Parts: sequence; structure tokens; C-alpha cells
Amino acid sequence: MPPRLRNILLPAAAGALFVAVWYVFRFSLADEMQFLLPTPGEIIGAFRENGDALARATLNTTEGALLGFAAAIAISIALALALSLSSLVRVSLYPYLMMLQMTPVIVFAPILVLWVGAGLKSVVVITFLICFFPLVVNTTQGLISTDRNLVELFRMYRASRWQEIFLLRVPSALPYFFTGLRIAATLAPIGALVGDYTAGSSAGDGGGLGFQAIIYSSQAKYPALFATAAVTCVLGFIFVAIVLSLSWLALHHWHDSYERADR
Amino acid sequence: MPATPLVDLRDVTKRYGDGPVVLDRVSLAATPGDFVSLIGPSGCGKSTLLRLIAGLSPLTTGAVTVCGHTPEEAAAELAFVFQEPTLLPWLSVAHNVAVPLQLRGAAPAERAAATHRVLELVRLADRAGAYPRQLSGGQKMRVSLARALSLAPRLLLLDEPFGALDEMTREHLNEELLAIRELQAWTAFFVTHSVAEAVFLSNRILVMAAGPGRVHAEIAVPFAYPRTAATRLSREYLDLVAEVSRLLRSVEGAAA
Repeated sequence: MPPRLRNILLPAAAGALFVAVWYVFRFSLADEMQFLLPTPGEIIGAFRENGDALARATLNTTEGALLGFAAAIAISIALALALSLSSLVRVSLYPYLMMLQMTPVIVFAPILVLWVGAGLKSVVVITFLICFFPLVVNTTQGLISTDRNLVELFRMYRASRWQEIFLLRVPSALPYFFTGLRIAATLAPIGALVGDYTAGSSAGDGGGLGFQAIIYSSQAKYPALFATAAVTCVLGFIFVAIVLSLSWLALHHWHDSYERADR
Repeated sequence: MPATPLVDLRDVTKRYGDGPVVLDRVSLAATPGDFVSLIGPSGCGKSTLLRLIAGLSPLTTGAVTVCGHTPEEAAAELAFVFQEPTLLPWLSVAHNVAVPLQLRGAAPAERAAATHRVLELVRLADRAGAYPRQLSGGQKMRVSLARALSLAPRLLLLDEPFGALDEMTREHLNEELLAIRELQAWTAFFVTHSVAEAVFLSNRILVMAAGPGRVHAEIAVPFAYPRTAATRLSREYLDLVAEVSRLLRSVEGAAA
């Protein structure tokens, strides 16, 4: 079997098997318990029933995820540049960056609502906080891991500090940056959903998938709840697919990680 | 009238901090057109000597002048070829070659012309669009050489550039290097571990000794340029290789 066909057929078979087990399990439950595990068919039905609400919520969550993700990228690049330029700055700030990552964002959601208001702003801040750390750590690592021989070459040709940063350190940090970006891309939709769940607002149809999740679970609309989770999954896949494409565009012609696919 | 030296070292001593003396009162001069090989046991300071001439590392005492100036002032006149090809993997061959000119702020047209010219010299004009990972070890080294030549330097400093290559590739590159030298007048300092390579390339061989690093002996290589693959078959060439090898062994024996 050609490898490409195999790579499609095997996951498809595994998925079909999973759905089959799902149905078997569901119908082996006692009748009064069956509502706890909706079938895939019921979930698809929930999409039809709640299509408008889910679509609106998906758009709102996508907006929050995109804005938070973009802010995390922009600020992490700026901070990574600053951190890479001075080991003193690095040593001073690293513990606090770690602390930021360890801090459970959800605990601060209520106060965040008081600071910036419930809704999109809170969602963006929470997404930003969740995406920020892997981006800044990976990008900084990339910027300080430049091949020493290449740095010496640039010094030898009397490159200016700016030339060294933008012609040498930044391009050689790209593979690390994309590693961070890939991790952050999986976190962004989840971050936006968590943000919406804890600090969202339905004012002016501004509610996102997190808000819908609250509504569906309070109404015991479990097929719709599963549909909400499915939409979030798809959103995450789209984010990752976009980042993987960008990574391929930036790296495939020179970086060793793409070597096998090319030849 | 003796030619003014292009490179002049007077009583150059080098120590790293409180460590041992790496180079002890080395004096030497190279006139334009010289091809000087530095050969000697590991730890004799031959690579350090090259880095001092390049201004990549400060002297402890003594003086180095290149074209009558300090190495820093003469930066535009000299180019360095490292042991590794040190190519930027994300740039094509042509862009790699253009890096020194780009850093110097040369106009795109000037860069393109110079790049094409030196890639012709190293016979890689047809690989201008390739990326380093698509090249063989020998090709990478030729790109590195082309990059050094792109600035039309008066002094070329080469630190064991062909050390990692197989014998055949190394011999071919030696011949190419001399062929390029027929077209471009530069002076060279060439660090190597290979006696055959030193004899083939140079008109002067400095045999260095370690502990502390110093010039032990200088050997003049009398064969006329241009030299070709046939030079390696001559009786005189083989005799000189044997003589330099003996001398090198005696220096290494004394150190051990």
C-alpha cells in the first residue's frame, strides 16, 4: 500500500472503529442513563438545531483567539529580543516569566472582569496570557542559540549590532519561533474558550463557545455541549494547520526538519 | 629595493589571561604575493597567529600591521576562510557569497556582479540558487572561499579550510586555489596540518613549535607558479615533502 494512502486509510479506520465502540457503549447503557452520552448522530442533529447560536459563538471565540494570539506573538517577539540582548535582563526576568505561567489564570478571571470588563477584552487577555509563555521562551532560546561560528563571521566582517540581529540572529531563531508558535496555536482556541467561560459576556450577542457551553450544560442540552467541544477542536485544527503552513513556507527550503519530505 | 611588507609582525606575544604563553615573541613579514603556510603540532598557536593578523583577537604585547595599518583599520583589505564553511543555511549560495558586501552596504547591482564573478572563479555559477544543505562538503568550502574573495581582498587568511575534506577533493581545491591566485593577486596565510598541501601551495613554509608557540624554521619552496597536478609527481616536490615531514617530526618529538 502506498504510504500516502495508508496515512489516510489507517486514521479513517481507527476513527470508524471508535465511532462503532461509541454506539455499542451508548446502547449498552440503561435507558435512563443514555442521555449522558449522545450519539454522533444526535450531535450532528444538535448542530442543525443550534446552528445560528453556534456559528455566532464560534465567530466571537475566533475573534478573541486571533486577537489574543496576535498580541502574544507581537509582545513575545519584542520581549524575546530584549531578553536575548542582555543576559542580565534574562536572569532578572526569567523567574517572573515562569511565575506568570504557573499562575492559574482562572483564579484571576473575576478580577480581570473588574479591570477590563467582561466579554471580548477579558477573553483576549486570557488567551494572551495562555499563549505568551511558550512563544517567549522558544523565541528567546532561538535568538541566543545562534551558531558561534556565524556570529564570528559577522564580527569579522564588522557587521553592526542591527545587522547581526536582523540578518543573523532572527533568521536562525525562526525554527525555534515556529516551535513556540505551534504550541501556542493549539492553546489559543482553548484559551479563548476558557476566557469566555470564566469572563465572557453575552451582551450584544458577544458570547462565545465558553458561554454557549455554560448555557447548554445548565439546560442539560448534552448533544449541543458535545457539538460545542467539536467546534473548538476544529478551530484548534485550523489554527495549527495555518501555523504549520507558515512554518513550511518559511523553513522548508533550508531547514533540516523538512529534508526528508523534500527529497 | 625590497617590497614593503603587506603583513608585519614584531615580537608578537599572546597569552589568554594568566594562562600559558600561546605565542612567544613571533616576528615575521610577508611581502605582496607571498603564499605562507603555517604548519606545526597542535597547540603551537598557528590558528591564534592567524586570528591575531585578522584582528579577531587582541595581542598581549608586540605589534601587527596589515598594509601599514592595524588589523582593525585594514579590515577592508583582508578576508578570512574558517575551518568550517560557516554558511547561513537559510540563504542561497549567491546570497551567502554576497553577505560581506551586504554588510558593507554595497548596492544590489555591485553585489550581483561581484557574486557572479567569484562564483565563476570557484566554478559554482550554476549552483547560485542552491541552498547549502544541497551541496557537498567540497562545494560548501568553495562557496566559503568565493565569499571571502567577493571583497577582492589583498590578504587572504585561511584556517585549515580543507582539513575536513577527503584527499581527492582537497587536491582539486588546492589546484583551484592556485588557479584563482593566477587571476587575482592576493597574499595568503594558510594554516594546515598537511605537509603535502603546504609544499604544493606555498612559496614559504613556517614550521612552528609548541610550548610556547614560536616559529621554529622557515623553508622556502622554490617551484615556480603556476603549479599543477603534475607538480606533485616531480622528484623535487616529493623530496621537499619528505624534508618538511622530517623537520615537523623532530619538532613534535621535542614537544613530546
